[in-house]
Amino acid sequence: MKKTVREAFEAGEFVITGECGPPKGTEIEEMLHHAEGMLGYVNGINVTDNQSSVMRIGSLPVCRLLKEMGHDPVFQITGRDRNRLAIQSDLLGAEILGINNVLCLTGDGVQAGDHKDAKPVFDLESVQILQTVEALNGGHDLAGNEMKGSTSLFPGAVVTPESKPIEPQLMKFEKKVKAGAKFFQTQAVYDAENFKDFMKFARRYDVKIMAGLVLLTSAGMANYMNKFVPGVMVPQNLIDRMKEAGKEKAIDTGIDIMCEFINETKDICDGVHIMAIGKEELVPEIVKRAGLA
Amino acid sequence: MIVQETKPIETIKEMLKDVKKIFLVGCGDCATVCEAGGSDDLKRLQEALKAEGIEVTGMVIPDTSCHIPDVKSQLKKHAAELEAAEGIGVMSCGAGVQTVGTLYEEKPVYPINNALFLGNTERFGQHVEYCSACGECRIDKLGAICPITRCYKGILNGPCGGVSDGMCEIGNDTPCAWVLAYERLEKQGRLDNLKDASPPKRWSAHLKPMRHLNPTLKKKMEEKEAKRKAKEAKKGK
Ligand code: SF4
Ligand code: SF4
Repeated sequence: MKKTVREAFEAGEFVITGECGPPKGTEIEEMLHHAEGMLGYVNGINVTDNQSSVMRIGSLPVCRLLKEMGHDPVFQITGRDRNRLAIQSDLLGAEILGINNVLCLTGDGVQAGDHKDAKPVFDLESVQILQTVEALNGGHDLAGNEMKGSTSLFPGAVVTPESKPIEPQLMKFEKKVKAGAKFFQTQAVYDAENFKDFMKFARRYDVKIMAGLVLLTSAGMANYMNKFVPGVMVPQNLIDRMKEAGKEKAIDTGIDIMCEFINETKDICDGVHIMAIGKEELVPEIVKRAGLA
Repeated sequence: MIVQETKPIETIKEMLKDVKKIFLVGCGDCATVCEAGGSDDLKRLQEALKAEGIEVTGMVIPDTSCHIPDVKSQLKKHAAELEAAEGIGVMSCGAGVQTVGTLYEEKPVYPINNALFLGNTERFGQHVEYCSACGECRIDKLGAICPITRCYKGILNGPCGGVSDGMCEIGNDTPCAWVLAYERLEKQGRLDNLKDASPPKRWSAHLKPMRHLNPTLKKKMEEKEAKRKAKEAKKGK
């Protein structure tokens, strides 16, 4: 049995989290199968919240299913679809369902997803959601009312080390720390040198930092991310390597690239968040090849 | 100004498919500036409707169509043309449309325009949205840049992860409001303003539908009310 995310951080271990995107529709067998495969390889598993603003099963019920499976789920919660009442009730709900960790996000715009005419909420954003967790952990709600029974959630957040310009992003990072974030998972990073620079900055704060890693599966995917995913920058030499690898060796090369990044940075950060989007079954292999199993 | 545009003619045709005779109301203020409610615009619409077999019985362009008493007196002068029409088409923002709706309850009123936003003019004919009248202005600390309006998500604590080279994830060549605010405060040497987290917005400052009295009128009404009460008290004795 792996330690939970919080226990592993507290023990000073290198923490590994995976990710699970609930499906659109009620067929969950494949998702559960992937999650099962990760058992024993990860400390925690993020469950995304209508990722990319595409409507899917809610993150909270899936967290509970993964908990029953033996995982320590990380409940991702965004401000896109819920106002402050709903956010607080879901956080209380997470507590009674035995969920330990919550990753507080602003959320993508609805224009990115499959319900473009939806009303975007954004009543609270990431910093304010972190403050909300802090309030509920302290036994009162956002309006200052006392509650019967408080939460004991372990709050995390996201930071984008490749954001341009970087200064406003770092200003927000500081706000998140002040608002109670205990751990951070970064947006996908590929450039180890840039990441090291970011870590120099982040080390001034008493928080745990996990490098966010997205598995490259083709040169096309890398180019796509560079063009369309804000704050993600795949260096040209990695794109070239993916191109050279060709179809057959693409996945293998993608895993190599990820493992090299882990080896180069594992001594300066506190963990990795592995996103093998659509290829979750590869997570155990990645963990083994990175020497983290 | 309320920035607005005239609906596509196909939409107007569909909306007016049961109307044969119509009276048109424009607006001499915002709608005229937006080329969607001045005399040229009304004439253009009249031509287009004629081609559809719809007769315009008359038209009027009040100075400001959101001004109910003003529009009332203007419409009075067109009583016969209004009477002859089956409905009234209004080329103004929704406020103007509802002015007419309030004054002419017996006739259907058709919104010819779509009201878009409360706009600033960047140059003649070009408008941007800077303020959404949220009820409590808090941009003193933000270099006079409003994230409620100019940030797609309206978030209050800095840029989201969607910013890319200073531009907003929403596209449309929209700069990220938070990058703008950061840069302006940096110029002013006031970056410390951004150190503390901003609390959630008080949406209770803008509970729709809003009402408002100017201070002078408010005072007058309060005085009147006080007098009335004093009189009543006297009577009571
Ligand atoms: S905060 Fe923004 S929306 Fe509110 S009044 Fe000020 S400028 Fe307008
Ligand atoms: S990119 Fe900037 S302006 Fe756009 S939603 Fe994010 S914070 Fe707001």
